[in-house]
Amino acid sequence: MTSEEAPLAPYRVLDLTTELGWLCGKILAELGADVVKVEPPGGEAGRGSPAWTAYNVGKRGITLDLASDRGRQRLRRLAAEADFLIESFPPGHLEALGLGWPVLHRDNPRLVMTSITPYGQRGPLAHASASDLELMAASGAAWLAGDPDRPPVRISLPQAACWASAHAAVGTLIAHHHRQLTGRGQHVDVSAQASLLPALVHAPMFWQMLGQVPRRGGPMLVGRNVHGAALRNVWRCRDGYVTCALYGGAAGRRSNRALAEWMAERGMAPDFLRAVDWDRFSAVTADPEEIERIQTAIAVFLLTLSKREFAEEAIRRRILGYPVATVADIVADEQLTAREVWQELGGLRHPSGYARFDGRPARPRRPAPGPGEHDDEILAEGVPA
Amino acid sequence: MTRAALAGLKVVEFGAFAAGPHVGKHLADHGAEVIHVESRTRPDGFRTNYPPFARGTPDPEAAGMFAMTHNDKLGVTLNLKTEGGLELARRLVARADVVIENFTPGTLAELGLGYADCAADNPGLVMLSTCNQGQTGPHAHQPGFGTHLTALSGFIHLTGWPDRDPSLLWGPYIDYIAVAYGVVTVLAALDRRRRTGRGCHIDLSQYETGLQFMAPALLEHFASGLVPERNGNRDRSAVPHGIFPCRGEERWVALSVHDDAEWGRLRQALGDPEWARDAALATAAGRRAREDEIERRLSEWTSCRSREEVVGRLRAAGVHVAPVNDMADLAAEPQLAFRRAWRPVQHPVIGTYQAIGPSYLLSETPAEIRRPAPLLGQHNREVFCGLLGLSEEEYTRREREGAFE
Repeated sequence: MTSEEAPLAPYRVLDLTTELGWLCGKILAELGADVVKVEPPGGEAGRGSPAWTAYNVGKRGITLDLASDRGRQRLRRLAAEADFLIESFPPGHLEALGLGWPVLHRDNPRLVMTSITPYGQRGPLAHASASDLELMAASGAAWLAGDPDRPPVRISLPQAACWASAHAAVGTLIAHHHRQLTGRGQHVDVSAQASLLPALVHAPMFWQMLGQVPRRGGPMLVGRNVHGAALRNVWRCRDGYVTCALYGGAAGRRSNRALAEWMAERGMAPDFLRAVDWDRFSAVTADPEEIERIQTAIAVFLLTLSKREFAEEAIRRRILGYPVATVADIVADEQLTAREVWQELGGLRHPSGYARFDGRPARPRRPAPGPGEHDDEILAEGVPA
Repeated sequence: MTRAALAGLKVVEFGAFAAGPHVGKHLADHGAEVIHVESRTRPDGFRTNYPPFARGTPDPEAAGMFAMTHNDKLGVTLNLKTEGGLELARRLVARADVVIENFTPGTLAELGLGYADCAADNPGLVMLSTCNQGQTGPHAHQPGFGTHLTALSGFIHLTGWPDRDPSLLWGPYIDYIAVAYGVVTVLAALDRRRRTGRGCHIDLSQYETGLQFMAPALLEHFASGLVPERNGNRDRSAVPHGIFPCRGEERWVALSVHDDAEWGRLRQALGDPEWARDAALATAAGRRAREDEIERRLSEWTSCRSREEVVGRLRAAGVHVAPVNDMADLAAEPQLAFRRAWRPVQHPVIGTYQAIGPSYLLSETPAEIRRPAPLLGQHNREVFCGLLGLSEEEYTRREREGAFE
């Protein structure tokens, strides 16, 4: 996608985010915005980590010392001409520097400013500190993951900042839509904790509707069978794990039948399995004992397969299931190669282009910036120093 | 009353479950007119295949996930396999700014509702096609549910304990990643349309959006060959970093120590016990070497205290800490309540339920959640007569022909 065609090409974003908001700026940059990353002299904390590199591509970089009057004045002048400002300092930090929303809004009534924090700008926990682990816990996400006989777990790769950043981009562009129609900017207050709530899927509804508190099931999916049966979703195979399950619904019936037929072809379908009427069987309403018997047979069968064999046959037979991929499996996936997902930027390979606009993928156009790499360039563009 | 941020935006949804329709929910929360199209012969799977149901019995009008996904939308039924149903769908599309669909690739085109068909009548249309693995490529047509796609994109392998099988996340985790990216791409495309008059077709791969949340691990793999493994709750830099049991059944607390000064604060909060005073534990490397022992000691301390006491003491001491909230806790959690993360709405079959509010609060045009999710075909008359201008006679004729089935 050329820059003229990029959806957000006309707009400048001042990106003052820390780790919690890095991805937000990257999302806007991929869509074509000129994202100017503002760092303290020498560069910010966390610079150079895999997450830093992954989530700062596509941005230009300048350094400003916000501890100095000169740096603060310069930021105000930049913000007066910017379309967006995104930041993730603790609540009150920018206000204390004389750079809070009321000041920036007065300088530039069109500005959309987005603040990303663990819990939000105000409220009883606004000033509580939280890293990824605490956010996964406070949002309820950790409660739902892990084996029943051990503590709840987070995902071993930090996720809370990604959710906060993605929702920040959503809120920012909703405010932008309104600004383009009315000329009025606004302040968008993002809570990382609240951003994780959609990832709980239907778990909160069990409490609301039935007074039940759903529990983590490890490899078993709970909450899909009306009698409370657990449906196994992670299965051992010969060289790792695969995921598939017994289902309800029309697509599920096809999948259940296709798996049973495959087992029968290999001589691994016991009599009772061959007698199941797959037109009538639904994992949503089936008897828990029947589910247990079928699952025992499936487990024995899947142990004979490799991840690759399962993946190929699942596609051929239209079974709903995939390998449980490691990053090594992901980078070898032919689908991603065919879609040209891997992009070289600054000598590193990035997953990129998740969306295509009329066939053209939205991609970052530059590697992550060095500290102050574009100081002179941005000065030369006439932004007041 | 201020104008809603997305007032005047017209959206039509063809699709089911979360990945398409939850995009429409973000838009509806902010005032867009969102029409969800389903059929009586095959209602949205969130109505039929997804507990919980109010009172526990499967009932398409009492389904929790449908309620959660469709507040403030208009619900219509059309049988797209009838001529009348298809024609009405075309008329809905012709007046829309945005069409959202999450069928398997090609399904809508076969019905005559693909992007090319729709854009012929409406060149400014922005159409979002969101599906598992994208509209192109060798696996484009592979069916699959979000729960499994979450495993294909690497999250499941990284969840759980190193000595155990991977653990599931609660459900289609990845769907909601794709939802956020879906909203962003639609709004960006609408912005370009304002400037150029041109709409576009967005091909969004849910799998590839998931990889955005996996990007650091992928980068590192390319750089060093490292294949990360699930590691319980441990972290690569912070130590200790874990979830510990408190007094009572299934009460847990998350806590983490990110530098040596924070370790000192934790020691003080624990009452500076003998074991923690060991100078070898004053550095991260020293704590890492004895992480098992530290975790055991911390568990001993937390398990004879209430969760509230542990959280209160550590928070006062300036240590990273949070309760592991369960679903009952979340419903009453004070910070979420302060932000109106749950918004009560009155539903004719379910009764009052708490719709989910946005995690991003807009200062001038806050989201307002006013209406519950629609019953099947609840707004047929309102949409087809009111918005499309069908006469009563035409409506009845179409109804007789089965267009609304």
